[in-house]
Amino acid sequence: MSAHVEVQQLQVVAETDTGGTITIVDDVSFAIDKGQVLALIGESGSGKTTIALSLMGYARGGCRLESGSIRIGATEVMDLSREQLGQLRGRRVSYVAQSAAASFNPSRTIMDQVTEVAAIHHLMPRQQAQKKAVELFRALALPEPDSIGSRYPHQVSGGQLQRLMAAMALISDPELVIFDEPTTALDVTTQIDVLRAFKKVVQERNITAVYVSHDLAVVAQMADQVVVLNKGAIREQGATAQVLDAPRDEYTRTLMAAARQPQRHGPELDSAVPPLLEVRNLLAGYGKIDRQGQPAVPILSDINVSLQRGATLGVIGESGSGKSTLARVIAGLLGPAAGQVLFDGEVLPPTLKGRSREQFRRIQIVFQNADTALNPAHTIARILGRPLTFYHGYRGAKKQQRIAELLELVQLPANLAGRPCSELSGGQKQRINLARALAAEPDLILCDEVTSALDTVVGAAILDLLTELRSKLNLSLVFISHDISTVRSMCDEILVLYSGQKVEYGRREHFVKPPFHPYTDLLIASVPELQQGWLERVAQRPALPEIGRSVKSLELCHFLERCPVRIDGRCNRLPPPRVQMQRGNEVLCHHGEQELRELEIPPLKCVAGGAG
Amino acid sequence: MPFNLTRPPSATGLIGLALVLFWLFVALFGSLLAPHPVGEIVAYDVFEPTGGAYLLGTDYLGRDVLSRILHGARFTIGLALVAALLAGLTGTALGLFAAVSPRWLDETLSRFMDALISIPSKIFALVMIAAFDSSALLLLLIIGIAYTPGCYRIARSLAVNLNAMEFVLVARARGEGRLYLAWVEVLPNMIHPMLADFGLRFVYVVLLLSSLSFLGLGVQPPDADLGSLVRENISGLAEGAPAVLMPALAIATITIGVNLLIDSLRGKIRHAAGEV
Repeated sequence: MSAHVEVQQLQVVAETDTGGTITIVDDVSFAIDKGQVLALIGESGSGKTTIALSLMGYARGGCRLESGSIRIGATEVMDLSREQLGQLRGRRVSYVAQSAAASFNPSRTIMDQVTEVAAIHHLMPRQQAQKKAVELFRALALPEPDSIGSRYPHQVSGGQLQRLMAAMALISDPELVIFDEPTTALDVTTQIDVLRAFKKVVQERNITAVYVSHDLAVVAQMADQVVVLNKGAIREQGATAQVLDAPRDEYTRTLMAAARQPQRHGPELDSAVPPLLEVRNLLAGYGKIDRQGQPAVPILSDINVSLQRGATLGVIGESGSGKSTLARVIAGLLGPAAGQVLFDGEVLPPTLKGRSREQFRRIQIVFQNADTALNPAHTIARILGRPLTFYHGYRGAKKQQRIAELLELVQLPANLAGRPCSELSGGQKQRINLARALAAEPDLILCDEVTSALDTVVGAAILDLLTELRSKLNLSLVFISHDISTVRSMCDEILVLYSGQKVEYGRREHFVKPPFHPYTDLLIASVPELQQGWLERVAQRPALPEIGRSVKSLELCHFLERCPVRIDGRCNRLPPPRVQMQRGNEVLCHHGEQELRELEIPPLKCVAGGAG
Repeated sequence: MPFNLTRPPSATGLIGLALVLFWLFVALFGSLLAPHPVGEIVAYDVFEPTGGAYLLGTDYLGRDVLSRILHGARFTIGLALVAALLAGLTGTALGLFAAVSPRWLDETLSRFMDALISIPSKIFALVMIAAFDSSALLLLLIIGIAYTPGCYRIARSLAVNLNAMEFVLVARARGEGRLYLAWVEVLPNMIHPMLADFGLRFVYVVLLLSSLSFLGLGVQPPDADLGSLVRENISGLAEGAPAVLMPALAIATITIGVNLLIDSLRGKIRHAAGEV
């Protein structure tokens, strides 16, 4: 039997501004049998999304499908007219996009949008479509499947929206479903639920699918076949097990190495020295501060943290947990509502106004997105030169020489200096971003998700660079991330934030084996492993214990709503105590150390700390 | 400046540049080149067609249209350009200032501008002209004041957005002052949209000037700007007289030229679309 979907020698070209063409996908061939999932994996610019879209006969603006063959069932997609493509899309081939939030129309109900495909193609009567949608909602483990359709997109969570989008794609029983990075924008704890729902529905309905991703660990859970792409060409293809266990291609091995975070140890620290940075009883948020001293939108509460000179503090939490707010408070961009920040033994003025130039110089902040953190109107020399002049008074030849030194420090060629930053790649921009902070010769750098917007390989190189600079220049880092494996690989101490509460704080070593705070446990258990079958091994989480109404207090455990080991009458009535574990880390929980150890919150498993 | 002058300009940009240069030349030297004085009645026939003794025909009084246009371009272009520049510069400067200022100052300035924008520009112009008598300087000031609030609003909203960008946050965390933030970090990124706005506003100014001239309150006869040429010859429209078409064509080429030129300066500002 021949394969259900077959792509042969596909070539896609893009037109340049000067009228020439560049080949962005070259000589790509693969085949998918019915009921199989094929993963397209690669970094940004590898052409994976372009190939996925070409399966629907679609090329993005400025691109066109040049040659080759795309066969789905008995249909040759390349030969179809516009009208015939319209018949194909949504009905026989459907698409699940990365950002469900941007793909739903906010002003129509979910049910209307999920059943829209059926209505456009006149597949079935409205009643039947709605019944089918409810079945799909149930299959995708969505809460309240009978009524969720009457809600609007903003009334459901991001992970639910992503599953609803899958329901939309599946309503027409398509022959091929394209998943385009469907979990990349989600928090890990949400990602695992979405993956589980996808996997279940793909298996139950024997769906043929293409799964586009940059994350090898996710692909390992979802795919039967893997195609590794780089710069528009296939580097390696084969069964998932073969590619993961015995990669034949050099590039695949590089990807694997970057995905397995090595241990990046800093220098040994002398614990007798007073800490460089100390945060005391910090309370921060946005908006007006009321009479009780609470800001209108409280973000961080009761944060105590200290950092040794030369050490790295990892701050981890999901989006909205207050990680970036902490960095902003330390940098002085946001004044705290209460509490203090001490730097080198001195209390820092709460906002920018009171700080001296020397205090500014010693604390530098590096933002996540180098695209928006570098002024597009300035050249690199100007971006790097400003802090040199501003803090150190360098001018002329001295300044030029220092700029060249800085570029060398971040491993970029010195001839970049005259170029505008818009001409650089993402990784290069992030290096400039870092070099600008280094230009001040700071003691402390606040790194806010510096690798989150980068590809795995590029991100790993930035992390290596940071580790090297840190030893070389005796820098202290506050490293903010949502990825626990990165934090564990980089940092000496780890602070886990959940919705502004410091739920756990301790040395890196203590984040390998339990007891953990229940949230830390969930976080660690949700990180996909680079092994097939991991998703199945991680047991389904049990239903949350029933609890009564909570008292109204900000001081209750914020994790209460999602905690698998909450206790009625305690967790919903009293603020949790801060428990000091024997080995030294602090946990904010009603459960004691012994209890947390014994609770064995499923899925309990030792986390192999990567290759290191 | 953020313009990349080494990049070869686009074809439409060149057309725009050529049109703008042509009209600047006409504005500067038109009155010297005109074959007849501006108010001279040269023919007994009104609304003569093109060609013949008078290249662009004659107007409703039998005056030479070519000469009238050559004389009139000076008012339209000069006055509109300076007035639009005045409004653009004041608006941008104030908008930028408001965006980096403390809240109360921003609020005060913005509400004042709101009050100003609520006055209809034509009524404002009529009242001012009634009070002070029409003159080129007064027209300039009126238009400058009337169009500043619009410019201010656009400049302020651009600057407020830019001010929240991370590169500005980095500069603030570096300890930079307000002036540096406004001038070095924010302004270079709003020049292109402000130029586009200037092009649009220039067109509005031409229209306001023309309507004032039509009411007899703008440029005073025998001088006439392009707008008043259109208005005074409006009766020739039915017979397709060049006297009404030519000044209209002149206005069209000026405004299109300005906008083409500005659009091409914008260059490839589009963000390179990465893989989604």
